Amino acid sequence: MATYSTNEFKAGLKVMLDNDPCAIIENEFVKPGKGQAFSRVKIRNLKTGRVIERTFKSGESIEGADVVDAEMQYLYNDGQFWHFMVPDTFEQYQTDQKVVGDAGKWLKDQDSCTVTLWNDSPLAISPPNFVDLTITETDPGVRGDTSGGGGKPATLETGAVVRVPLFVQIGEVIKVDTRTGEYVSRVKE
Amino acid sequence: MLAELRQFFAERSVLEVETPLLSHTIGTDPQLEFFTTEYCFSPQRQTLFLQTSPEFAMKRLLAAGSGCIYQIGKAFRNGESGRFHNPEFTMLEWYRVGFTLPQLMDEITELFAALFRGKSLQETQRVSYQNIFVSYTGLDPLIFSYQDYCVFARKSQIPEAVDICGHDHAVWLDFIFSHKVQPHLGENALCMVYGYPACQSSLARINEDNAQIADRVELFMNGVELGNGYYELTDAKEQSRRFDQELSIRKQQKLPVIVKDQRLIAALESGLPECSGMAIGLDRLLALLSGSASLDEVLSFPIRRA
Repeated sequence: MATYSTNEFKAGLKVMLDNDPCAIIENEFVKPGKGQAFSRVKIRNLKTGRVIERTFKSGESIEGADVVDAEMQYLYNDGQFWHFMVPDTFEQYQTDQKVVGDAGKWLKDQDSCTVTLWNDSPLAISPPNFVDLTITETDPGVRGDTSGGGGKPATLETGAVVRVPLFVQIGEVIKVDTRTGEYVSRVKE
Repeated sequence: MLAELRQFFAERSVLEVETPLLSHTIGTDPQLEFFTTEYCFSPQRQTLFLQTSPEFAMKRLLAAGSGCIYQIGKAFRNGESGRFHNPEFTMLEWYRVGFTLPQLMDEITELFAALFRGKSLQETQRVSYQNIFVSYTGLDPLIFSYQDYCVFARKSQIPEAVDICGHDHAVWLDFIFSHKVQPHLGENALCMVYGYPACQSSLARINEDNAQIADRVELFMNGVELGNGYYELTDAKEQSRRFDQELSIRKQQKLPVIVKDQRLIAALESGLPECSGMAIGLDRLLALLSGSASLDEVLSFPIRRA
């Protein structure tokens, strides 16, 4: 893998830091007029999601990380592993709950999502920003309820629970923003 | 801004000068990378340097009896590019004959009052390097304790400092000051930090009463370094010694070899008047005056588009 010097650091660059793959978020050139130059870098650990700050001496090099994002189709969960497939090549990947994390509750069979691969094995899963899911369980609405005010919990087909307006019923399909976990609208079939 | 500056110095009878951008030699500071260019005057070929600061040339004028002078011109520093760095930038540099550093600081206060008129700038702060360093870190910048510095780095989320700085006191100071002190300096105000540790004296005189500190001042505003000034070193022997020291560091670090500027040393030998001098990065100043978040917003064409 290539190495990158501090001058090549820019947002989005994937590098190895403390043996973990990381993505650079921000790089600030710090140099006193009469003094040593540094690169102050904000960097996200792609394994843990944690953001840390780290300083490098200007001109220092670090190893790049073989990290790529791929669009894949979610196939199924066999109880232990989650299975994904690249639609063009039918190449399949499997990974465990630890990697899938919170993304799992938004994934419906056949849905597409972004799989981040590190050295060709899944590192993280990101669901689409919006998903359409069917409500499997929620309290019945009371007559006269409108979209204003209140709300109630609803369980979706994937197991996720979101707050929905009182008028939304079991069996209806709703659009959810996966970044906030919030209800957006009903989806007409 | 430029008109305001020129008027300020005209009112004080400071003469505007111009010195060469191309020079036969350059400062020896190991922290400054320079640009070189080839001068072809057949059959001779000579390497010339694009100046990193007009300091040496202006000191030669001072030694020749110019009196108080100022210059607004370009300076070049290789490899410096970032939010507040551009390898080609505009510098204001001025020298006041007979001024001590506190007198120069008074004048800087007046200059900023004029430039920021109507912009509700807070009152100028003056703090010593030692006091400000202690108050943000608890460490004494004048006495290097490797153990204490390492402990501080580990508990301040900058453990990498231990590897980067090693046993080099000056690099430790650069690291800690730029990361833990500077960002707090001069919130909507000019902050002048004086009394730099002697190991960071550069071209400033060592303080008469305290050999641990140098008569050097730096200006900060909203955490951005704006300028650097000295009670100027006039001792040719001491200057020559510092050049030699920097040249040996350059050799150790395998940096490009340069020769020291004998013309400057000759000027100092013939007699540089007692004076204080200040240099301010005008692009940064303009960025602060206009509330811009980076130099790119005030440069016509930053280096990637030049």
